[in-house]
Amino acid sequence: MRYAMAIDTRKCVGCSDCVVACQTENNVPVGFCRDWVVEVVDGTYPNVSIELRSERCNHCDNSPCVRCCPTGASHFEDGGIVLVEHSKCIGCGACIQACPYDARYSHPEGYVDKCTFCIHRVREGKDPACVSVCPTSCMYFGDLDDQNSKIVNVLKNRKFKSLAPEAGTKPRIFYLV
Amino acid sequence: MKEELFASGRNIPNIDPYLNIWHWQIPSYLFLGGLAAGILFFASFFTIMGKENEMEATVKKAPMIVPFALVLGLFFLFLDLKHKLYFWQLYTTVRIQSPMSWGAWVLMAITPLSFVWAASYVRVLFPKWDWKYDILKKFEKWVIANRILIAWPMALLSIILGIYTGILLSAFNARPLWNTSILGPLFLVSGMSTGAAVIMLMSKDHKERKIIGRIDILLIIVELFFIIHLFMGFLAGSEVQIIAANLFLGGKFTAPFFAFVVILGLIFPATLEALELKGFKVPMVVPAILILAGGLIFRFLMVEAGQITRYLY
Repeated sequence: MRYAMAIDTRKCVGCSDCVVACQTENNVPVGFCRDWVVEVVDGTYPNVSIELRSERCNHCDNSPCVRCCPTGASHFEDGGIVLVEHSKCIGCGACIQACPYDARYSHPEGYVDKCTFCIHRVREGKDPACVSVCPTSCMYFGDLDDQNSKIVNVLKNRKFKSLAPEAGTKPRIFYLV
Repeated sequence: MKEELFASGRNIPNIDPYLNIWHWQIPSYLFLGGLAAGILFFASFFTIMGKENEMEATVKKAPMIVPFALVLGLFFLFLDLKHKLYFWQLYTTVRIQSPMSWGAWVLMAITPLSFVWAASYVRVLFPKWDWKYDILKKFEKWVIANRILIAWPMALLSIILGIYTGILLSAFNARPLWNTSILGPLFLVSGMSTGAAVIMLMSKDHKERKIIGRIDILLIIVELFFIIHLFMGFLAGSEVQIIAANLFLGGKFTAPFFAFVVILGLIFPATLEALELKGFKVPMVVPAILILAGGLIFRFLMVEAGQITRYLY
């Protein structure tokens, strides 16, 4: 089992519904977020193109955050989901420095927090909150090892990229382009 | 054709400024750790060479401040933690891939060792000192009889500690400025040079200062080579590393780095030390203080600049 997410940058309208859904579902403190929307504008008017990307933890296969964690608080769960065990985290910040995606933040309570792929929902067979609320259905969540899953299908048929692959982290969020 | 590229980032006010998660505590600790490593290395080295009595300040006096430096450094590390009450989790596991983990264990080993070393010389420096309890007196006797036995592991651990202060940073590939293996040796050499500076400050013996001064000049030359090597490596590297190097080669860190670290912190004090060796009268306080200030500023600049170098945005 290997969970991953594919996000269609051509369907995303940048409404930030995913951000709000995540904040509500996971009780993220006000002023913080586990996912966010980036707009990249290329060119000058009138020849411009825009790319909208909903970003979050990439749950990398080669996770620098898991590697550098001195206490083992950052760890892999079933399906390669990277989680932080709050009661083991000492808040040293090493994982925040190690993440090329800046996907982690220091929770006001002291521990480090980030996207969990809504593992509590996934275990119940549901999609993560961000995926389930997307009004344009631009996100696909699923198991890369399941050849019949929607995500494998969409990755077979569309061109995609991942962010900063040169960092060597083997990210598991794919952007359809 | 790309004419303008901009990323709006994320409009979440509490996150982006907070990603600079390491503040004054980390560079201060790196400085104290390097300095302690330097002093302990020289102390154990000259003990192993059998020069305890010729190198009084190196072997006996300077190590007195090491326990204080290490405890203060550990306190700074503790201040840096955001989830402080859980700090003991560091000592429930050994994680080989995490430099912070084995650094914590090395500190756990070398800090008590430095206490033992300093305590064994307390009565040399303060003859009226009394250990009061028999068991302490016996332990002191044992330590004095077995100094060489302690000096060997201390020399090894001090080198690991010195390298660790650099590897702590270089293990993060997400921060391109830190992500270079030369940082370990560079911080080790720089730490040893600051240790030598402390010894020069504390030594009253001209011969001893001459020996340490000579070693220090050599260390500074090696350090300068490592700094050139650091930037050469970056400029021959990937785009993010070229951008990182340019922060120091024309970017906003150029002036403080070259003025306070390279010139005032390395070249100028090394020149003064060389003049002293040639027989000119130079108060050793001047180069020593400059080296210490340069080492501290170097660590502040590296930690600060490293945190603004990244892959995205």
